[in-house]
Amino acid sequence: MAKVVFPDHLLAHTGGEREIEVAVANYRDLLTILEKRWPGVREPLNKAAVAIDGQIYQDAFLEPIGADSEVFFMSRIEGG
Amino acid sequence: MSKMHIRTTINGDQVDFLGSPQQSLLDALRDEVGKLGTKEGCGTGDCGACSVIVDGRLVCSCLMLAAEAEGAEITTIEGIAEGDGLHPIQEKFLEHAALQCGVCTPGFIVATKALLDRNPDPDERTIRYWLAGNLCRCTGYDKIVRAVQDAAQELAHEA
Amino acid sequence: MAEAVDYRYVGTSPVRPDGVDKVTGRAQFGADQNLPNMLHGSVLRSPHAHARIKSVDVSKALAMDGVHAAVSGADFPSVQSGEVGGEGGGDVADIAKNVMARDKALYHGHAVAAVAATSVEIAERALDAIEVEYEPLPPVLDVVEAMAPDATLLDDNCFTKNLPEKPDKPSNIASVMVLARGDLDAGFEQADVVVEGEYRIPMAHQGYIEPHACTATVNEEGKATVWCCTQGHFEFRAMTSKILNWKIGDLKFIASEIGGGFGGKTVVYLEPVAVLLSKHAGRPVKMVMSREEVFRATGPTSGSVCRVKIGAQNDGKITAAKAWLAYEAGAFAGAPVMPGAMSIFAPYEIENFLVEGHDVLVNKPKVAAYRAPGAPQAMHAFEVALDDIARQIGMDPLDLRMVNAADEGTQAPYGPKFPAIGFKACIEAAKKHPNYTKPVPEGAGRGVAAGFWFNIGMQSSAEVRINEDGTVIVMEGNPDIGGSRASMGLMAAETLGVPYEQVKTYIGDTESTGFCNVTGGSRTTFATGLAVVQACEDIIAQCKSRAAATWGMDDDQVEWQDGQAVPAPGVNADVSPLSLADIAASAPKTGGPILGRASLNAQGAGASFSVNFGDLKVDPETGAVEVLSFTGIQDAGKAIHPAFVEGQMQGGAAQGLGWALNEEYIYDADGVMENAGFLDYRVPVASDLPMIDTQIVEVPNPSHPYGVRGVGETPIVAPLAVASNAVRDATGVRINDLPLSPPRILAALSND
Repeated sequence: MAKVVFPDHLLAHTGGEREIEVAVANYRDLLTILEKRWPGVREPLNKAAVAIDGQIYQDAFLEPIGADSEVFFMSRIEGG
Repeated sequence: MSKMHIRTTINGDQVDFLGSPQQSLLDALRDEVGKLGTKEGCGTGDCGACSVIVDGRLVCSCLMLAAEAEGAEITTIEGIAEGDGLHPIQEKFLEHAALQCGVCTPGFIVATKALLDRNPDPDERTIRYWLAGNLCRCTGYDKIVRAVQDAAQELAHEA
Repeated sequence: MAEAVDYRYVGTSPVRPDGVDKVTGRAQFGADQNLPNMLHGSVLRSPHAHARIKSVDVSKALAMDGVHAAVSGADFPSVQSGEVGGEGGGDVADIAKNVMARDKALYHGHAVAAVAATSVEIAERALDAIEVEYEPLPPVLDVVEAMAPDATLLDDNCFTKNLPEKPDKPSNIASVMVLARGDLDAGFEQADVVVEGEYRIPMAHQGYIEPHACTATVNEEGKATVWCCTQGHFEFRAMTSKILNWKIGDLKFIASEIGGGFGGKTVVYLEPVAVLLSKHAGRPVKMVMSREEVFRATGPTSGSVCRVKIGAQNDGKITAAKAWLAYEAGAFAGAPVMPGAMSIFAPYEIENFLVEGHDVLVNKPKVAAYRAPGAPQAMHAFEVALDDIARQIGMDPLDLRMVNAADEGTQAPYGPKFPAIGFKACIEAAKKHPNYTKPVPEGAGRGVAAGFWFNIGMQSSAEVRINEDGTVIVMEGNPDIGGSRASMGLMAAETLGVPYEQVKTYIGDTESTGFCNVTGGSRTTFATGLAVVQACEDIIAQCKSRAAATWGMDDDQVEWQDGQAVPAPGVNADVSPLSLADIAASAPKTGGPILGRASLNAQGAGASFSVNFGDLKVDPETGAVEVLSFTGIQDAGKAIHPAFVEGQMQGGAAQGLGWALNEEYIYDADGVMENAGFLDYRVPVASDLPMIDTQIVEVPNPSHPYGVRGVGETPIVAPLAVASNAVRDATGVRINDLPLSPPRILAALSND
């Protein structure tokens, strides 16, 4: 099961749950599962960045998620 | 407001233009004469982007009235290169990567020309104080100072 | 870690392709675009820091001879809330109101109306004829006072975001954020020493030398062309489209050369106004800001109050860290407090931490990105407190940082585990550096600090065309702010195996090349570089295929080596290699012109860490600080053009030192900036600085074919704390706030 972690500012959308475990093949499917679990969560997640096994994606889509993967949602980074 | 006829020599060419009495030399160079290489960074003489040489003196063209240039000999960035090649100062700025965005570069090159015309062998401190009227926000001045040092050497070698 | 690779062109520092234009005055910057029949636009700005706008009447201005258009907030459509592009200044509804105030003026200098006239002088006289009725309100200027429950509100509809429940009362706190891990109390209990402090830094400006400028022309079909200085013409197009409610396809943006940006030119100010004025007037309109307007109405970065508490053991191990950050957003939400909070502990492995951030509205200009936005303020506070820890436990500040340094596999405070990073390599390099091993000069003090920036990827496109003689054109869409054309050319030359001199790199406009996000976030060499490399690989695949067809082989029987197609090892064929020039010459027979392309959303940008140190001397009579030496050490992943990487490090150091020692927005009680010019807002000049020594560390980023991390932003982060720590070392007095200007230093020395 992949570990999925949400930052503080998204907890309002996850009923306060900070960390869950999910069996899923890729990022697209993860969002589908999360949206089913917490309707409306897709929108703030689409505005977030996500780190899958240390690699930060500003816009993830079909990136694979393995059984041992760690998935962290985080704020998007901008820059000067 | 009626305009004044002003006759100058710019980069060796006689140039006549009409300028308004309150117009700065910078605005006249850019808007009446089409010398767009001279840049405006502040309009108050603090940044040196508009540096030109007037009768042998380095000036901020934003602080001088166009009318004051009557009869003057003016060198702008467009007059630094000789023939079909770059001036050694320009070459050294390129070799040393002494520019990033490049908007202050015309002013620095004109100011450097004025420096080396009067002092062909300036030390680092002299270079830094001479160029203290020219702001560069990109480079931290390190590579500019090195380019000027190298240009001075090159010019001394040529002389 | 990847093995060091020898490259032929990557890692060299040739002259940039746009260099000759830039040393001869030929390069066209924002204010250099003139069109026949052109008008000049000027902006009327609020004389109040906070006021309700009861009415704006432009009719008398419009009636003046030579005035051809006048607009105010009422002439702009109302704009739906939403994000635009990938980056650039927050909610587009707020950007619209920042471009032209509607019902409220929120800072001194906020645009209220604009005119277009046949000359700048007439336009400025016309501004005097515009009648605006204001109801002045008390200005909110201090970030902590702005957070009080009874503070005057900038926006009655601003309800603090990210709280567990929506608050029932509006506030100037636009949003809060929290990052936490472990058990803070337990962590502090394990500590042998605890350091706590509050650190204030005022607003500072990016200070690019070129003021904002644009020229817009709208034709009779309602199609606009806009020339402007911008870090991202595609995003300027998108913002202008949203702000004016025009179709993107009706707007063409051409990026001029850009005279510095540092984040400040990622958001529109003039462009939608110029388009609307041109539409009304039926003539081109040019708008150029004065330096005073640049200071009053663009940029800056957040002023901040940071409170930090660190607990550590006598062996240096940090057991707990706590931070409270309040950042000024200016007139609209969007201070970079989130990246500040995410970066403050990033260089270190800390088990127990809590950081709380606040994005706070005040009656000052809306902040814009500034080089590693948000990181310098927060990391200054932490790196200064860490210096005090080092003093208390008697440990070398580099050793203290090494004990706690993040490494590959460390869980970053903002979530994921770091891949390969170069922080430890930077500390080791600093420790061995001759400038560090030599004694501190008599009377001076030495300061040490670390820096960090995430870096980003985002969307980029590139096209590569092969001319008939085999010379190469690279076309991409990122304005070249510091030599990126040269970096693109080097990566193309390396990938194709042709000399750098045979490659020309161009920046296309919004209609001649594919979409690229802004030149910002240190992304250009990484992400657009990746697109250029992929477009070159596309060329190579096509060339191999054409060579295979020429030789009657399969595609996989051909390889690309040193710029030529050759038979693969083991393929027995009596053929001569075909160079790019050979294949280009025969292109008409093998399928027509050779054109490669790539478009991507680059992921896997690599974080760039730094260690900086410097020796600074304080004159006790005047309070003036002299920088005797400064050394920047930074992980670039791979320096494609080392001279320009050094330039980024030196320029960032100069900006950081300027911010630390002199630069600040000074406000009077009415919220009027008192130093809106380069005479009084003093950026470093050549005589203020020594040579700035650099050492590039190269721990390759595994997500880029040449290992690029991006280097532009990290260099500004560490110098703030380097200066504070050096002044502490020199004087024995700790000054928490910046800038370390002569009056502040004299006051601190006399209090001691």
